[in-house]
Amino acid sequence: MRRRQRSRLKGKIVARYLVPLGIFLVLVVFLGVGLGLNPRQVPSPLIDRPAPTFDLPQLHATDKRISPEALRGQVWLLNVWASWCVSCRQEHPVLVDLAKSGVVPIYGLNYKDQREEALRWLQQWGDPYKLSVMDPKGMTGIDYGVYGVPETYVIDKTGVIRYKQIGPLTPEILRDTILPLVKKLNA
Amino acid sequence: MHKILLMLLCLASWYAGPATAAEAKPVSEDPALEQRVMQISNELRCLVCQNQTIADSHAELAIDLRNQVRDQLKQGKSEQEILDYMVQRYGDFVRYRPPVKLQTLVLWVGPFLLLAGGLFALLRFLRRRRQSPELNDVSQARLDEASRILSGKENRQ
Repeated sequence: MRRRQRSRLKGKIVARYLVPLGIFLVLVVFLGVGLGLNPRQVPSPLIDRPAPTFDLPQLHATDKRISPEALRGQVWLLNVWASWCVSCRQEHPVLVDLAKSGVVPIYGLNYKDQREEALRWLQQWGDPYKLSVMDPKGMTGIDYGVYGVPETYVIDKTGVIRYKQIGPLTPEILRDTILPLVKKLNA
Repeated sequence: MHKILLMLLCLASWYAGPATAAEAKPVSEDPALEQRVMQISNELRCLVCQNQTIADSHAELAIDLRNQVRDQLKQGKSEQEILDYMVQRYGDFVRYRPPVKLQTLVLWVGPFLLLAGGLFALLRFLRRRRQSPELNDVSQARLDEASRILSGKENRQ
């Protein structure tokens, strides 16, 4: 009789306390993971796919055009920027430093910008780009799935996108993610 | 005083609203085309303001994408072709109603599984409570006692 009571008591404790506690813990884990996720970081379907092609006029020499095919054989960064973009200003020193180090060439996609303003912006803050191309209507931006300038793509020697950074580059992202990847792709 | 002024201002702006809205010029001369643009735009998420479709959003990108939808419709592309074009660039997330795939299965089936689990737990709980032995033991004994008292047998003993 006593044993029956005890097991019944145990069942009661499980049902009344442990089950809700378990459900609560599962919720905590889900919410905790959810907090750590950044909803703005939408995985790009372009990763490990060939970089969309374009044929755009260069910002400095508008009579010359360039397409990504001309950059085959090297690892390079494509940085989407605009003079009206506030976060671009924030990431700019990181790009300038990177360009100075000469580890990897940076090409700019000047997105939905005015040429004069873009030129003035580069003059004022420094030009880290091998060259920039102009995408005034944002059509190439759409091809690259751009939705939050600045964005940065790491493109390998065969012209395949290997990484996409949405939002400004920071020294940490550069050190922990991009530079090791560039090193690996160059090896 | 300030509050009243503010309220008056709000009221004033509310009255001014429709007047300016009426001056907005139509986006397209072709209402049928525009209706299809909107219909497809309603299926596409604006990635800048993620809880809006590109039909609702006034973000630059949403306007660009709506124009893209319009251009492609003019080129005679089908709705499916346009949706594919967007998914190719922005991923499945751009679909406001995600397609049923292995990756999105939890999204589609999950709520129903949870509901079924909840119903099952509720039914079990209710059934167990109804035939809870301890309650029955006690109440039966007390019922017997009560009926004994009421019938007056207690007194005769």
